[in-house]
Amino acid sequence: MTARQSPPQRPLTARIRPEHEPFGLADYERHGGFQGLRAALKMGPQDVTGLVKSAGLRGRGGAGFPTGVKWGLVPMGPDAPKQKYIVANGDEMEPGTFKDRLLLEGDPLQFIEGMIIGGYAIGASIGYVFLRAEYVLAAERLKAAIAECHARKLLGRNILGSGFDFDLYLHTSAGRYICGEETALLNSLEGKRAVPRSKPPFPATAGLFGKPTVVNNIETLCNVPHIVHYGADWYAELSSGTTGSKDGGTKLYGASGKVKHPGCWELPMGTTVREIVDDHAGGMREGLKLRGFLPGGASTDFLTAEHLDVPMDYEHIAQAGSRMGTGLLIVLDDRTPLMAMLRNLETFFARESCGWCTPCRDGLPWTERILADFEAGRARASDIELLRQQTRLLGPGRTFCPHAPGAMEPLQSALKYFPDDFSAAVGRDGAGG
Amino acid sequence: MLSADEIREIDAELAHYEQAQAATIEALKIVQKHRGWVSDEAVADIAEKLGTSPATVDAVATFYNLIYRKPVGRHVIHVCDSVSCWIMGQPRLTELLRTQLGIDYGQTTADGRFTLLPICCLGTCDRAPALMIDKDTHRDLESVDAERLGVILERYP
Amino acid sequence: MARIWIDGREYEVDPRRNLLEVALEQGIDLPYFCWHPAMGSVGACRQCAVTQFRDENDTQGRVVMACMTPCADNSRFAVEHADAVEMREAVIELLMTNHPHDCPVCEEGGQCHLQDMTVMTGHNYRRYRYTKRTHRNQDLGPFIGHEMNRCIACYRCVRFYREYAGGTDLNVFGAHNHVYFGREADGTLESPFSGNLVEVCPTGVFTDKPYGESYTRKWDLQQAPSVCHHCAVGCNILPGERYGRIKRVENRYHGALNGYFLCDRGRYGYQYVNDEARPREATGRSAPGASEHALSADKAAQGLAAWIDAGRVIGIGSPRASLEANYALRELLGASNFYRGTREDAALDTLALSILAAGPARIASVRDIEQADAVLVLGEDLLQTSARIALAVRQSVRQRGFALADAAHVPRWQDHSVRLMAQTQNSPLYVLSAAPTGLDELARRCHRGRPEDLAQLAQAIVHQLDHAQPRAPGIDDDTLHLAHEIAEVLVAAERPLIIGGSSTGSAALLQAAANICIALHRRQRSPSIALLPAECNSYGSALLGGDDLDAALARIEAGEVDTLVVLENNLYRRLPAPRLDAALTRIQHLVVIDALATPLGAHAHLQLPAAAFAEADGTLVNFEGRAQRYFQVFVPQDAQRPASWRWLQRTAAVLGRDLGNTLDELTAACAASDPALAGIVAAAPGHDFRIAGQRIPRQPHRYSGRTAMNAARDIHEPQPPQDVDSPLAFSMEGARVGLPPAEIPIFWAPRWNSGQSLSKFQDEINGPLRGGDPGVRLIEPGQGGAYFDRPPRSEVRPLQTVWLYELFGSEELSARGAAIAERMPQPYVVLHPDTAAELGLADGDRHQWAAEGQQWEAQLRVDPGLPVGIAGIPRGMPGMPTLGVGAVIGVAGAGA
Ligand SMILES: Cc1cc2nc3c(=O)[nH]c(=O)nc-3n(C[C@H](O)[C@H](O)[C@H](O)COP(=O)(O)O)c2cc1C
Ligand code: SF4
Ligand code: FES
Repeated sequence: MTARQSPPQRPLTARIRPEHEPFGLADYERHGGFQGLRAALKMGPQDVTGLVKSAGLRGRGGAGFPTGVKWGLVPMGPDAPKQKYIVANGDEMEPGTFKDRLLLEGDPLQFIEGMIIGGYAIGASIGYVFLRAEYVLAAERLKAAIAECHARKLLGRNILGSGFDFDLYLHTSAGRYICGEETALLNSLEGKRAVPRSKPPFPATAGLFGKPTVVNNIETLCNVPHIVHYGADWYAELSSGTTGSKDGGTKLYGASGKVKHPGCWELPMGTTVREIVDDHAGGMREGLKLRGFLPGGASTDFLTAEHLDVPMDYEHIAQAGSRMGTGLLIVLDDRTPLMAMLRNLETFFARESCGWCTPCRDGLPWTERILADFEAGRARASDIELLRQQTRLLGPGRTFCPHAPGAMEPLQSALKYFPDDFSAAVGRDGAGG
Repeated sequence: MLSADEIREIDAELAHYEQAQAATIEALKIVQKHRGWVSDEAVADIAEKLGTSPATVDAVATFYNLIYRKPVGRHVIHVCDSVSCWIMGQPRLTELLRTQLGIDYGQTTADGRFTLLPICCLGTCDRAPALMIDKDTHRDLESVDAERLGVILERYP
Repeated sequence: MARIWIDGREYEVDPRRNLLEVALEQGIDLPYFCWHPAMGSVGACRQCAVTQFRDENDTQGRVVMACMTPCADNSRFAVEHADAVEMREAVIELLMTNHPHDCPVCEEGGQCHLQDMTVMTGHNYRRYRYTKRTHRNQDLGPFIGHEMNRCIACYRCVRFYREYAGGTDLNVFGAHNHVYFGREADGTLESPFSGNLVEVCPTGVFTDKPYGESYTRKWDLQQAPSVCHHCAVGCNILPGERYGRIKRVENRYHGALNGYFLCDRGRYGYQYVNDEARPREATGRSAPGASEHALSADKAAQGLAAWIDAGRVIGIGSPRASLEANYALRELLGASNFYRGTREDAALDTLALSILAAGPARIASVRDIEQADAVLVLGEDLLQTSARIALAVRQSVRQRGFALADAAHVPRWQDHSVRLMAQTQNSPLYVLSAAPTGLDELARRCHRGRPEDLAQLAQAIVHQLDHAQPRAPGIDDDTLHLAHEIAEVLVAAERPLIIGGSSTGSAALLQAAANICIALHRRQRSPSIALLPAECNSYGSALLGGDDLDAALARIEAGEVDTLVVLENNLYRRLPAPRLDAALTRIQHLVVIDALATPLGAHAHLQLPAAAFAEADGTLVNFEGRAQRYFQVFVPQDAQRPASWRWLQRTAAVLGRDLGNTLDELTAACAASDPALAGIVAAAPGHDFRIAGQRIPRQPHRYSGRTAMNAARDIHEPQPPQDVDSPLAFSMEGARVGLPPAEIPIFWAPRWNSGQSLSKFQDEINGPLRGGDPGVRLIEPGQGGAYFDRPPRSEVRPLQTVWLYELFGSEELSARGAAIAERMPQPYVVLHPDTAAELGLADGDRHQWAAEGQQWEAQLRVDPGLPVGIAGIPRGMPGMPTLGVGAVIGVAGAGA
């Protein structure tokens, strides 16, 4: 059996068997593996890109940039630079996020297949996987899978007799959230400090070592073999029947916090928050109420119980005033102290600032300290305005990269939705402020 | 001086990149794997190996939080203190470790066995709180008590 | 051109520039930190926020960083928009959260960019109520102090030190708000440009250490525009004096020369001026070795006049003395009795001038060097001899990156983007030298050899360019290939540049540089050329002419000379000691006029103490043939140290001859003496220049203590010294605006107390000073002369020497300062390992060496970069003997 009778509904996780070793090459191929690659190698590279574009695949790393469009920016043809790179972003340090780890641990070959296709589409002969160091198991399995692919000539020279050469290397990080930002990641891969780069030039023209480079999230790349294998229409339909999402395909959603069954599930794009929380995560724990949630990681704006019926896709979440982010929810219950949670979030962001630009480097530690005063109930009344001001001054365009603006998202939305929590934390001696 | 093993492993990494400096982080990790931490001398040796200056290597070494520029214990405990683990009781877990080991973040037990450090989200938020000891992730520690923690720690002599 | 609007006003601007540059040029006070005019934009500090509007109907706008925003046609900005104002104030507030507020004890106080910007943004109320982070400081060596707590993390230091100047031992460590700028461990900063950190750092983290050790606020320094005397580049400097001591030297911007940066020799070389052991008064001695007795100035002049009157007198001028001083000596004694450098030096300087004058190559300024897109260095170790040129060559190799950036529509000021696109792709640089040089790492290829061998390679290049020219027979295939490659590259380049000089002592190399230029010209290229002589006024001295030292010695040795007058020249640095010693026994009277106590002065019958550069005015001619005037900074107290030319004027007066009474008169006479020198008068306005009837004050507006600073000696406020030589005044009163560029004694502007006020003195950032860069180019290249003959070939003689140079040590004046001395190596000799092995010598051993009748002890350095068989010796270093070109040395025995 090389191809399945009916295409899978949950393509990304179809081959993943929790608590089991991932499929080896033979099993992988038996379950439809490398069909996408085989199909792709028969197409022209630009046709592969076109297919991904028409499937409407959007990046799963947080920003949601259309993947086909990104690939289309890479110079192609005889005048294009000879060396190009594709880089998989497996940094996954966004608090609350653990989808890429599951994909790599559960089905490394699927990811590799996506990577080879991506490399083929943009004419890159080398790919790097940038993986966070703590993902030890994922690294082990990925390494084994890469070795197996090499042995079977699915990596290396002349893949499947197509004349296409592609090598794949694993780079494990040494920590730092900012490595996930794609240009900081490139600096890190070059053995430098992970400070973001200014654009232009965009990585597609001058990325790794100054060569045209595409950076894609792990989950993004895992979608690619299926799109090539089953087509753009199939992909678009995967999400239909849900909530009228414009986005095709499925998404790895998840929930953490005090829900009954935290976890991660592949669901059609546009599944509502309520379905994720109630049906898949089993609802809130006994005695707790959902007060709010960060829809896609620590750097997304809070939404509240009012937004439970919002479909989780890029547009709807944006309309609701937040970001899809990584699509893994962090749930705030009614007993967890919000001020302390915000302080925890900003501690994270302050610590993970790369230190390049002023608002982030010096503004986040200040924000963190003010929030510590709120947490301890010794804030001053004027601190609320001060926090509001920080959310402006560390916002989009004010800083060099989106790290600090991301850090401001939970804070600005908390100020919007939960103002009373702040006033309540103003200390007795703080009235004069 | 870099050992023969270290040099071999660094050379293998060098082959993956078009520029030698790109192997800096791997070289630091290789040395750390063999020695537990990265000394000033090791920084200088790596710089020489990669054809760059100690300051260039050290700027990288000090940027990343998983490169230890000071000696650490035989085992390093990284407690995830990011938001999901925090919601699920990380502060209690940290407190337990503090009392059990008698050290605070950034410190090493007197017997040189454990160093305690905080770490960002370990990517296992569905089974929070979690911590990592060396290469092992320990999950579902919400209701951990001193005794269960003791059993875990015992595996790291 | 693009039309843009700033705060509702319309401007016509170059769309390739960024908004910050343009705003500053328009006189708008827009704060910034991380941007630097010479280093472009990186968008780190976020201080230069302005609001940008989509169109005229957009009232909301969005905040952008001016330094990162191109001036596209029709763009609309507001500096005074509330969001931008709030942002700028907030950034300062954040920067100040951790700042120690230690301005009263900070060397930067009063000239601090951070202070200026803090006031400019209006941040004056502290809301941050938490603890500050603190750092430990490092000992960074004799030049640079370190106070990290003041750091605002603008990243300028590492950008300058590493990216601009190629240093590797300074960096940023750590992350988030723990970033630390320093070395990986305590230790001396190794870059020869480390001193620029003092000016590049916008606050008081990197400070001038010698200045800090005897500190004076900027407003208490008396300053005058000056020219660095420590090499032939002629960088413009601003020395500052208080209490009769030079406290520091700062960069004085010159658009065509030093731009924003000096080398450390130039910045710290002044310390000899403050040396207590310098001669203070005229002294006489009955015989060499006899005790000295003080003489009044009149007596001294009368004595000298009498000896001159008696006849049989010759004079030796100096390439480190001003044109005026050399001219005065020549006039006083007669051109046929006037001598200058050693045979080699004199011949080389004259040859170099004739090459420059003949053309066809344009003479490159430092700015031109930065913009060359293919560079061939013939024999010079630029980093050691003319460091500022090396820094410019380092920038030149970026032309390739700029071209890539242009093609990708990435603006050139997007510094990190350009570097990213360039990666390691440099535009071509070839370094041909005797030993490894500091520019090798940037070079496409290097080639080593004796000067003779390099000249052969150069001849092969000439032949490649112009087959009518003879080959260089006998060079090996590799070298031939290299010649081929270099020829191709030079022909392909748009702005090819040949750099040569006299440091090797080889005329053949200078001729080779000329031949390459001629050949390129015949191939319809327009090359430029830079020929670097040894000293600050080598070309001035050569323009004046005079026979060489060999001729002078010949006359002495023939017994034709009774009196020898030596002007600012320590002959022991020029002639082997045995020969000089012998010659000195043949004369009756040795007269030494010098600012320094030298070994020659110890033999003098009459020693006339002269002003050091900061105590006198004069004109120097630099490597591009530019005459530049330097001005007296202060009048020494308790010492009788007039400009050397004043001794000569005074002596002339005794003899009833007229050399004038002022500098202007002397300069004018000198200019009139030779058409080639006619331009020097215009190097700066004359002494009678006035602005609205006023002089230009050397002391800043807020100079304090002038009524009391001499109270230890005299409680009356002294009459300020009068200046008859320049339009500058030793006072606070006078004109401060509209100054001619050559006469700007301080960069200071309302709201801009720091050196960043410079933009107020330019029409265009990085352009010339308003009114044109100071100095006058004396040489207008012709259409090109004839080829020089093919260079002769010569066999290697065993242990034939080649000259090496030390930035700290090879130059006489700077080597006398304590800070520089700390950076000087001990005497050494370099051999190839094979040569050392053949002699049975080991690296690091000390040995006695011998040559030309002299012996000295030096350490052996083994360096595979040196050709086999030859010996490299550092020229002019204390502890090293003076040897002729290509002298052969031997090992005399083991060292002590
Ligand atoms: C501070 C920061 C951290 C990020 N971390 C990650 C990450 O861990 N993984 C990831 O895939 N993308 C991350 N991103 C997004 C990347 O910059 C980039 O958009 C993404 O990798 C592109 O892949 P995609 O188009 O497939 O989503 C981060 C962005 C920022 C600003
Ligand atoms: S916002 Fe600035 S300091 Fe923060 S991570 Fe991005 S570049 Fe670094
Ligand atoms: S000067 Fe513009 S961001 Fe620093």
